Amino acid sequence: MNLGEGTALPFFMGIWMTCFSLPAWARQLALRGVCTLALGVLSHVSALALTTEQTRALTLGDTDARVTALQKALASPDAPTAAFLQAMADDAVKVNGTQVLVVRDGQAFDPVSGEATALPDTAEDVINNNRMRGEIDAALSALQLLSPDAALRVQAAKSVLKEPDPTKLAMLEKALASETNEGVKKQMLLARAAILLNSNNADERFASAKTLADSQTPDTQLLLNQRLSQEEDKKVRAQLQTSLLTIQAALSWGEKLGALFTGISLGSILLLVALGLAITYGLMGVINMAHGELMMIGAYATYVVQGLFRQYLPGMFDAYLLVAVPASFLAAALVGAVLERLVLRHLYGRPLETLLATWGISLVLMQGVRSIFGAQNVGVENPSWMSGGVQLLANLSLPYNRLIIIGFAVFVLVGMTLLISKTRLGLFVRGVTQNRPMASALGVNTARIDTYAFSLGCGIAGLAGCALSQIGNVGPDLGQNYIVDAFMVVVLGGVGQLAGTVYAAMGLGLMNKLLEGVAGAVLAKIAVLVFIIVFIQKRPQGIFAMKGRSAEA
Amino acid sequence: MTHTTSTLQLPEAPALLGTKGWIFFLAAFITVCAVVPVLNLWVPADNMFHMSDYAVALVGKIMCYAICALAMDLIWGYTGILSLGHGLFFALGGYVMGMYLMRQIGTDGNYKSNLPDFMVFLDWKTLPWHWTFSDSFVATLLMVVLVPGVLAFVFGYFAFRSRIKGVYFSIITQAMTFAAMLLFFRNETGFGGNNGFTDFKRILDLPIATPAMRMTLFVLTGWALLMSFLFARWLVQSKFGRVLQAIRDAESRVMFSGYSPLPYKLTIWVISAVMCGIAGALYVPQVGIINPSEMSPANSIEMAVWAAVGGRATLLGPIVGAFLVNGMKSWLTVTAPEFWLYFLGALFIGVTLYMPQGVVGLIQKISAKKKAEERV
Repeated sequence: MNLGEGTALPFFMGIWMTCFSLPAWARQLALRGVCTLALGVLSHVSALALTTEQTRALTLGDTDARVTALQKALASPDAPTAAFLQAMADDAVKVNGTQVLVVRDGQAFDPVSGEATALPDTAEDVINNNRMRGEIDAALSALQLLSPDAALRVQAAKSVLKEPDPTKLAMLEKALASETNEGVKKQMLLARAAILLNSNNADERFASAKTLADSQTPDTQLLLNQRLSQEEDKKVRAQLQTSLLTIQAALSWGEKLGALFTGISLGSILLLVALGLAITYGLMGVINMAHGELMMIGAYATYVVQGLFRQYLPGMFDAYLLVAVPASFLAAALVGAVLERLVLRHLYGRPLETLLATWGISLVLMQGVRSIFGAQNVGVENPSWMSGGVQLLANLSLPYNRLIIIGFAVFVLVGMTLLISKTRLGLFVRGVTQNRPMASALGVNTARIDTYAFSLGCGIAGLAGCALSQIGNVGPDLGQNYIVDAFMVVVLGGVGQLAGTVYAAMGLGLMNKLLEGVAGAVLAKIAVLVFIIVFIQKRPQGIFAMKGRSAEA
Repeated sequence: MTHTTSTLQLPEAPALLGTKGWIFFLAAFITVCAVVPVLNLWVPADNMFHMSDYAVALVGKIMCYAICALAMDLIWGYTGILSLGHGLFFALGGYVMGMYLMRQIGTDGNYKSNLPDFMVFLDWKTLPWHWTFSDSFVATLLMVVLVPGVLAFVFGYFAFRSRIKGVYFSIITQAMTFAAMLLFFRNETGFGGNNGFTDFKRILDLPIATPAMRMTLFVLTGWALLMSFLFARWLVQSKFGRVLQAIRDAESRVMFSGYSPLPYKLTIWVISAVMCGIAGALYVPQVGIINPSEMSPANSIEMAVWAAVGGRATLLGPIVGAFLVNGMKSWLTVTAPEFWLYFLGALFIGVTLYMPQGVVGLIQKISAKKKAEERV
């Protein structure tokens, strides 16, 4: 089929035109023939720039042929090719007969010359099936190897490293030849090594295995392992194993640090959850089973603030958390103050009754939220500055929202400590909890201090709820999931001991996450609960037992 | 009166029940053993005196709950120890019975295998070790008592020995039942994961879903409740029971008087757990399902409310409370499901605030007042 271009075109046109008068199956057959012909033609055309023939080969015909054309186009990439592929990915390419057009905003352009042309009424969309789409996306990402933006080039090299594909080798070589940035070059060399790892040449495989030891990611580990299972050459095998060992050593650090980080993250959440309880239970001795529901109120307050921002201040959506934090504090503190005045006031000194009454309150609050917001979870969207994270090691990235919550927990802890130890209100609270009659005799309005202290504890629960809304689901059951944990932390830390609460929260968080790595999430949780039960048998007063007269109170 | 004794004269042990009490007891006994079976099985369905199957099932279920409430009252009302983990003992009794009922299905399951369906589903080839005696009814009856009993003994021994009291004890019992629930939710534990056991077919090789079997279970449950009541009555009137109440009111003083509270607390704790286990074992064949949600902390805490509503430290109270609360529950969850939690929550708050003695305590108070007025 050595037809010249000039003679071929009218001939194809003829076939193409007759296609529309044929039944569907026949049309299909005819088209296939056309494509094979077109490809034959292509092989003789200069491959330096995007040509009309290429655009045709890419858009017309069956998927196999188009994929082949795509790979050919990639061998000699240039800007128009990239633009054309992007147009294909965006479904902006139409064909009219053999005329290929890019249509943007209703205006048609010629893909090769870039000149605007009229859009004929008979133009049809190019249909891309899933395979074709995948190939186009892969090609586009490979084309980024030549992008002027260094960050994009690195990203492209990384994606090649992740899924090495021999067809991209030529492209990679080309990019490498023109690359000047050392960092990008290194990344490209790794990608090249990943492709050459499966080459037929043992020396190339050996060199690749050696190079890849520098890429310490789980993906590389997988690649090397896959190769190791097929490799027969002894020398290459040995090198593969050495490289794997190097990678494993590096990765295990990442894993250990990762477990440590998730442990601290869980610890900070537990701390936030337990801090409010440390006031209501630790200082005041109120067993507040509705603590979890106050957190839920904080989370729903965040949800409402978020909704208001979306409705009325969409431009400032990212700032909604700044309003949500005080709002969640106030909402929960208000509910707490009402509860204290109406119910808890009458139950001081009767801890078991308090427990039952607050459980009842928790049921009412939960059902109340169900009636207002529905039983389904509601969506709370993170502000954009909270998404993403810091990539420390190949397999260790610290998400911003977790980091921010750790910081927030520290902030609340410091704020609370200062409030209790330095302010007049804190002095009164300590005075009333230590010696109520004496405080009263000195003119402290003890009843009012009780209300303040309780609503302060509830407000901190609300803050915890606001923090939880950023990392988990917000629903009526939110509090139930944390209430047992919260009590464990306070009891373990020792009642009335802020420092104990901090240690207990961090200890439980770390223990839970480290055990999780060994035994799985559920068994780890069970082990922690059993540990607490056993620990309390040994030290019924918690880690930091109160000494002196107040110990037996 | 020349005769003097140096030893303290103990008051004579009161009769188990007064004349009125025995009459009521007999009436209850006849109702359970004769009246209900006749009304359900022999009175035709269109007669106004007919008792529907639904009512029988409901009352049977509530009688199981009443046994739990009674057990709760012994440990909380009479000894002052609030357990938030009794749901675990209830569920354990239920699970032991459920294992037997699962084995009774035999090869009639969906997979026609000797193993319970969920094991076939998990691709297990043999029964795990803890299922060893589950095909024997006698062993099952024994385990219904032993499993909750031994667990309660071990847990209680360590807890009471370290003098864990009050709220601390409540919270660690809650942790216990929570941990057990997580454990039973796992498929690998071998108790059917979150589906638990269901779809029972036979008990003692007799079909389980017949009216006669249902009535038999109902009568058995009624007996168990009445016997538990008599036993509890005997227990709290004995010297043992008085020591328990003394521990509740002033534990330090009891210790100064030369008693060690440990054996007393431990005994009543184990008795209470075993009663719950028996209730659970009677509950499962009547309801036809057992799953780990029975162990959720919420269920245990609800038991405390039955006792509190009826009246703590009275024996009739918890039974009345269980019937009142659960009666309301089954009525409200049908007619106005969204109000049930409001009602239950309000009940928790209202009873603790305004009716610390519960319904029965309130009635006793009113009748005592009337008597006092009559005397005047």
